[in-house]
Amino acid sequence: MAAATARTVRGKIALYTLAIAFAVLAGFPFLWAALTMFRQNADLYDPTHNPFVLTRPATFSHITDLLKNTPYLQFILNNLVIGLAVVVITLALSLPAAYALARLMGRWGERIGIAIFVTYLVPPTLLFLPLSRLITVIGLQDSIWSLVIVYPGFTIPLSTWLLMGFLRSVPRDIEEQAQVDGYSRLEAVVRTVFPLALPGIITVVVFTFTLTMQDFIYALAFVSSSSSMTVSVGVPTVLIRGDVFYWQSLMASAIIVAIPVALLYNVFLGRFIQGFTLGAVKG
Amino acid sequence: MTVAQRSADEIALGPRRERFLLDSDRLLGPALLAPAVVYLLLVVAYPLVLAFLYAFSDVTTGSQSLHFVGFQTFIAAVQDPVFLTTLRNTFVFTALTQLFVVLFSTVLAFVLTANFRGRWFVRFLVLMPWTTPVALSAVIWLWMLDSIFSPFDWFAQLLGIVPPGGHIVFLGQSGLAMGSIIALQVWRVLPLATVILMAGLTAIPADVSDAAEVDGAGFWRRLFGITLPLLSPVMTVALLFGIVFTFTDMAAVFVLTGGGPGNATQVLASWAFYKGINGGNLSVGAADALIMFPVLLGLAAILLRIASRAEVN
Repeated sequence: MAAATARTVRGKIALYTLAIAFAVLAGFPFLWAALTMFRQNADLYDPTHNPFVLTRPATFSHITDLLKNTPYLQFILNNLVIGLAVVVITLALSLPAAYALARLMGRWGERIGIAIFVTYLVPPTLLFLPLSRLITVIGLQDSIWSLVIVYPGFTIPLSTWLLMGFLRSVPRDIEEQAQVDGYSRLEAVVRTVFPLALPGIITVVVFTFTLTMQDFIYALAFVSSSSSMTVSVGVPTVLIRGDVFYWQSLMASAIIVAIPVALLYNVFLGRFIQGFTLGAVKG
Repeated sequence: MTVAQRSADEIALGPRRERFLLDSDRLLGPALLAPAVVYLLLVVAYPLVLAFLYAFSDVTTGSQSLHFVGFQTFIAAVQDPVFLTTLRNTFVFTALTQLFVVLFSTVLAFVLTANFRGRWFVRFLVLMPWTTPVALSAVIWLWMLDSIFSPFDWFAQLLGIVPPGGHIVFLGQSGLAMGSIIALQVWRVLPLATVILMAGLTAIPADVSDAAEVDGAGFWRRLFGITLPLLSPVMTVALLFGIVFTFTDMAAVFVLTGGGPGNATQVLASWAFYKGINGGNLSVGAADALIMFPVLLGLAAILLRIASRAEVN
């Protein structure tokens, strides 16, 4: 009995030690960024003292400078417009496709679903050169709409896979009952299946939106004027001006985006995993 | 009402005919699927075909038409003195990153599926490197690895690794620069592998392990004898995703070192970008990127095999 207790205590200590170690490893860069963004220059550029202690009062001047004197808010606005437009395109195309694959196409639905998901594995690295030329041909270079057109290429495969899972989890009888009640199949789906799958659909909206914020290579290749840039490209190119680094503002620009996105992810992660594995279960 | 009567009614009613067509599963399925498939053909399949055409031509950003030159572009791309360095770096970067990710994510998945106080906060912190757009976290790392103001310099001085007032140049020496890129990538893709493994762990029925415990099997015995073997298919999936995302990634390199010092951290993806976009040489850039294609094809084939095996079971 004593041996067993000793073993559980040892296990607990190991567990907490590992948990703390991983939390520190993952969180340290963000802690460092958060400490930096409030520092005065005289405090920041003095390597002699303990860097984890602020020797001068915290200041918000670099954050207001970021918001007022740089195109940062324009970058954020561009991200919002791009994200919303891509969400609309993605849902409009992948919701019908997922329904067809989950309910109407039998064994072929399974296979085509996997084939569509595999296109998610075609990396932007192989596509950005031809796409950048095509974007120029249709006259969308330097425009946020070039990104709106290209991003569904990776959001549709993932969304279709997730939605397939969520739609399958809605019992067939419900829409069949609605059809017996006199609705056409489409009406039955829109009235019964989509409302029941709504939590799943919202999850797909959240992940589609955050996925569009992750892209770096397309935005870097297609857009070169700061008014059309996204946060991902604007911060490392425009906000780093030549050899002058405004580190406090740069750290603030990263933290301001990182925290809300991380919160959103954490709220929806469980449902995301559920959808991902549901897609792999036969209907 | 027989089928013939019904369809006759539908035709006679005119506008209702359309509704009848959409009520037929055989037509409705492909009709609902088609828009998504056409979109993906246009923005994924078509550019992929174009990439192959570019790689066998001499196209540049300025040229109006394609001239096919056979394997000349590939030969030119491979004969570039930087190419072999780039190829080696890509494999070193991918292999070392995934080695650490597999080790850490397995441990981390066990930690995060266990019960302890403050678990949600640890999970939040662990996920943040994945949820933050990579370009932004790379900027944070750029400052964290600064040649004068890095916090690691302060620790190193404290521990006597460097003399008082001394500094570690993380991004200016080839070995340390590659180490920094790998560290950033491990930190960033670890959460994805962990989440996949966590999903796999929760799917393993607890009674198998419990039964073994009753039979007297200790923690390590159960871990290596039961849990890890059951987890291995999921681990393969996590590894394949990790390889695809690391092998083709250029953001960490682009922001942190720009491929430098020299070309010590240049990888195929960043090299293709510099050649194709900055240098305007679309054909050579496309060839550099396509050299990755066989590896990706192999990975996709393995994934499909795992998927079809799951379908059979």
